[in-house]
Amino acid sequence: MRKLSVLLLSVFPAIASAAWETNMPRGVTPTSEIAYDIHMLIFYITVVIGILVFGAMLYSIIYHRKSVGHKPAKFHESTKVEIIWTVIPFLILVGMAIPATNALIMMEDTRDSEITLKVTGYQWMWQYEYLEDNISFFSKIDTKSNTARRLNSGVDVTKVDNYLRDVDNYVVLPTDTKVRVLLTASDVIHAWWVPELGGKKDAIPGYVNELWVDIQEPGIYRGQCAELCGKDHGFMPIVVKAVPKQEYYKWVSIQKTNKVAENK
Amino acid sequence: MSANIDKLHDDHHHTPSGIMRWITTTNHKDIGTLYLWFSLIMFFIGGLMALVIRAELFQPGLQLVVPGFFNQMTTMHALIMIFGAVMPAFVGLANWQIPIMIGAPDMALPRLNNWSFWILPFAFTMMISTLFFESGGPAAGWTLYPPLSLQGGDSMPFVILSIHMLGLSSILGAINVIATILNMRAPGMTLMKMPIFVWTWLITAFLLIAAMPVLAGAITMLLTDRFFGTSFFTASGGGDPVLFQHIFWFFGHPEVYILILPAFGIVSTIIPAFSRKKLFGYDSMVYATASIALLSFIVWAHHMFTVGMPLAGEIFFMLTTMLIAVPTGVKVFNWVATMWRGSMTFETPMLFAIAFIVLFTIGGFSGLMLAMVPADFQYHDTYFVVAHFHYVLVPGAVFAIIAAVYYWLPKWTGKMYNESLGKLHFWLTTIFVNLTFFPMHFVGLAGMPRRIPDYAVQFADFNAIASVGAFGFGLSQLLFVYILFDTLKQKVSAEDKVWDGAEGLEWTLSSPPPYHSFEKAPKVE
Repeated sequence: MRKLSVLLLSVFPAIASAAWETNMPRGVTPTSEIAYDIHMLIFYITVVIGILVFGAMLYSIIYHRKSVGHKPAKFHESTKVEIIWTVIPFLILVGMAIPATNALIMMEDTRDSEITLKVTGYQWMWQYEYLEDNISFFSKIDTKSNTARRLNSGVDVTKVDNYLRDVDNYVVLPTDTKVRVLLTASDVIHAWWVPELGGKKDAIPGYVNELWVDIQEPGIYRGQCAELCGKDHGFMPIVVKAVPKQEYYKWVSIQKTNKVAENK
Repeated sequence: MSANIDKLHDDHHHTPSGIMRWITTTNHKDIGTLYLWFSLIMFFIGGLMALVIRAELFQPGLQLVVPGFFNQMTTMHALIMIFGAVMPAFVGLANWQIPIMIGAPDMALPRLNNWSFWILPFAFTMMISTLFFESGGPAAGWTLYPPLSLQGGDSMPFVILSIHMLGLSSILGAINVIATILNMRAPGMTLMKMPIFVWTWLITAFLLIAAMPVLAGAITMLLTDRFFGTSFFTASGGGDPVLFQHIFWFFGHPEVYILILPAFGIVSTIIPAFSRKKLFGYDSMVYATASIALLSFIVWAHHMFTVGMPLAGEIFFMLTTMLIAVPTGVKVFNWVATMWRGSMTFETPMLFAIAFIVLFTIGGFSGLMLAMVPADFQYHDTYFVVAHFHYVLVPGAVFAIIAAVYYWLPKWTGKMYNESLGKLHFWLTTIFVNLTFFPMHFVGLAGMPRRIPDYAVQFADFNAIASVGAFGFGLSQLLFVYILFDTLKQKVSAEDKVWDGAEGLEWTLSSPPPYHSFEKAPKVE
């Protein structure tokens, strides 16, 4: 892999910040962790099935060929075999469905949340409203990325920090707090997705969808709109800044003071 | 000898020559040929659009096209590949093969057959012409989700009318297939003795008749929302944007199987021929195909798990979707059991068929992963999905079509293709198809959404590889075109029974077959 990487870097020198991330992030919320666990469980099951099936094929291709003088057998049906390979996969599926259904029930349970964040998708930005604290602001792609992403902008995008993944206003959320996120949209369908916080949900005009996050570690988490929403669909990033509770309440009070100041 | 017979028939029927022969033909072989050439042309047009997409995605930053045009490319690429390349290719194969496989002189409704083909060039001319409109072509994705699709420019009514025409063509074609199979089989050929390819097409034809009118309904509602003041899908008028997705995918999921069931039939024909052994579990293959077709009507919402369905709905669609793995698994196991203890040789059609089984199964595995709703919340609308459906459509459906062409080309033309070039074509295609689509799993899992013209730099490396693969894949297909023309120029004639392990009525005919395939119905034991 390293050799390939060196080769590619010499061919495409622009790609300096090479990353060979190949898997889903485990993330920092209970929902992202369970999604990851289900993902890996099914992945390993399919790998085992794949090895068995492709192994049998490969064996057959090597040993049951005409060029090594293999004569064709005559068998062409067996009800017993058909039943076996109908029932066994079915049982494996049942084994997969049980943890998946349990996980899903957990993921869709938005009860007992402490704060509610309402997210509204616009072409092409997000509006965030903290319903309990009456805070509201818009968040859109930051200027540096927005300049660099123009056709033939002449900017080397690999030199732009967090290219296409940075915004003017971060969403600030407390850690160790169950946050209910309400999703809607004002024009077309969008989808709010930060991989490390768990799955996405669509933001649909006329609908209020919900999901929940309970961030376990402070940090900055980046994502972007995941449902085609027009020409700038690729340019509406999401940045969530998770901070300890105390710091969060400080941030809330500053936001409120600012708001009062604005109102005056 | 056979040339003489052809000439006699031509004299007898006053068949026009030149271009008029093709415009007025009601012969199943001529129409099959038209479908197949049309499909090949569309494959290259749709492929060029894919290369525009991959060229733009070669590096982060926008270098070639503006985002609006990029979206037109993704939309048109999908519409052309689905409705212009894969579906017409299967209909072309049906036209050529069904009559000569069931011992019939022609299709049941020859003139209808002519119409169902000739609708296509007009429909696609109209659809593609929208790219030259001032407001551009459709850009809301081939799924045409409102409200976004309602924002489109002048292209929208033209695209909808052309999709109506394509649907009409498909329905007429499907009626013809059903009428032919149910009425024109040779004496003695009971349903459970039919070639498996004919079985898969019979089931596909029923899916077409059930699914296409649903699509027609959905897009007509879009049209009235846009131009006649209805609000089926606009929330501000009391409508429901999610309703469209339900209707669309009620068509869309059967459509997915319309694109793959005939491929199953082709692979189930080719694997036994080159294993020199009968297809293992013929009956269970038929039942599995029928079960997949029936299940396709109760799984549609797995394309839209993130719209916020009730928990019970999510669980229902997860479980039914997982069930599809059972009959699909049966098919794969049966193919492997057919190869098991056979006497295999690896001519080009067999190579493509084996690659189909392996790579389609990989697409099936990612499909199973996508069925798991908790994980799907992460996968949905990412490149993981793009990787999944390209694995089942390109090394799936397209490989099966290519395999079928190599398998039956000597029968159709009376000439043998160049085997070494065919093998070269196979290896280039297989290597590049994996180079193109396998890295998409990785960027998708790492968080790259689909349908974006530009991406964060951490996705750059795998995207560069995918782009190199895509250009390699595209160029390799020029070799395919060369092989086709080279075959027509070959001097040596192909035998009637081209492959020693092949079974079926088509191999009892001359190569190429006479104008009215079976003038006298053969007897099937």
